Amino acid sequence: MSDFDFSVIAANWAFLAEGLRYTLQVTVTAMVGGILIGTLLALMRLGSITPLRWFAIGYVNVFRSVPLVQVILAFYLILPLVLQMITGKPTPIGAANSAYFTFTIFEAAYYSEIMRSGIQSIPKGQIAAGYALGFTYGQTMRHVVLPQAFRNMLPVLLTQTIILFQDISLVYAIGATDFFGAADKITQRDLRPVEMYTTVAVVYFIICFLLSRLVKRLQTRIAIIR
Amino acid sequence: MIEIQNVSKWYGSFQVLTDCTTRVDKGEVVVVCGPSGSGKSTLIKCVNALEPFQKGSVVVDGIAVEDPKTNLPKLRSRVGMVFQHFELFPHMTITDNLAIAQVKVLGRSRDEAVERGLKLLDRVGLKAHAAKFPGQLSGGQQQRVAIARALAMDPICMLFDEPTSALDPEMINEVLDVMVQLAQEGMTMMCVTHEMGFARKVANRVIFMDRGAIVEDAAKEEFFGQPRSERAQTFLAKILNH
Repeated sequence: MSDFDFSVIAANWAFLAEGLRYTLQVTVTAMVGGILIGTLLALMRLGSITPLRWFAIGYVNVFRSVPLVQVILAFYLILPLVLQMITGKPTPIGAANSAYFTFTIFEAAYYSEIMRSGIQSIPKGQIAAGYALGFTYGQTMRHVVLPQAFRNMLPVLLTQTIILFQDISLVYAIGATDFFGAADKITQRDLRPVEMYTTVAVVYFIICFLLSRLVKRLQTRIAIIR
Repeated sequence: MIEIQNVSKWYGSFQVLTDCTTRVDKGEVVVVCGPSGSGKSTLIKCVNALEPFQKGSVVVDGIAVEDPKTNLPKLRSRVGMVFQHFELFPHMTITDNLAIAQVKVLGRSRDEAVERGLKLLDRVGLKAHAAKFPGQLSGGQQQRVAIARALAMDPICMLFDEPTSALDPEMINEVLDVMVQLAQEGMTMMCVTHEMGFARKVANRVIFMDRGAIVEDAAKEEFFGQPRSERAQTFLAKILNH
């Protein structure tokens, strides 16, 4: 066992790639869905309708106070029961599918805080200008405030997405096979932990590094537009 | 056109407007002046309901602004407004700034809106800048675009809220020139400004405000010739003597 044997990577590449694909799919789904729901939550929180504001505050505080692993487990267990209540028949959805849902809902709490500060960073005069032109509240948000808030917050949103990408490894708790989970399963069978985990770490590093470079480039580009 | 009657407004227990009454008739140019914090901007923002008020009434073209049944977006789309800090939308080109409200609010086609926008842009002398973003223009240029953007909605009257006070001195005149031209064409205008030269040239009436109240509301000649109130006299002496 003293020699490193990286052939374990090549031999299991297809399985690892399948795991990586799943990780990326959940990341993109939770990013898009999370930003959409997060934006709605931010608008509720900043709006004037009290019950909606309370709902948004409660939502964000609950999900930010519970460990992600626990939320993953809870949704995996509860979701089929809820679906059964709705449809009236047992509806197993599986670990892999429940993660899409869980991460979207969980990340929405974080994205909503980012969008909230983005919306609040837009000068009040911009909103007044939208209203003065005859825009409704919805039009002012859609055409004036949100595009600017989104653009201002893009680097932070992407940084959050990098964290999300790494956090998906926590689906090992419910036995789903993401990139890390795939490596973990192979390791338990082939007993090559050092080679496998090193490779996995390098791949995570490369992807996250490229993403953070992208964030940097976006930051300078946005600085020019402003 | 604009009738302001006994309007009072409070921020909590602090009264910012006290029983303000005045009117702007069709084709009239009314200049509102006064020291800072006197409520000028607040009053003009009550006209298109950007600021709510607790007492009194504002009627624009026969429509009561404070009536909860009033369709405010529709009313505002007919009242042009120009702000101290221009408030062009920084994420859109000049063309889009001019066109978007025409398309989304008035329901014009994009081609029609762009054509109308570019025509007005030409009028304020900035046709060459249509494809640029607001951040690439000077303050004076941005303010002229903002005036064109408001005019593109074919407003029945125009509100100006200190349109030149955020500008460098050498840019003030290019904006005032556009406003003078507009006044001479018969546009109904209510202007909060300290530009007394502008007031002298085109105003029909001048309103002087102090501590939230309208202290003086007089024809231009009367206001500059012999203001009745002592406060207006001192104010004029201060801003005209250098």
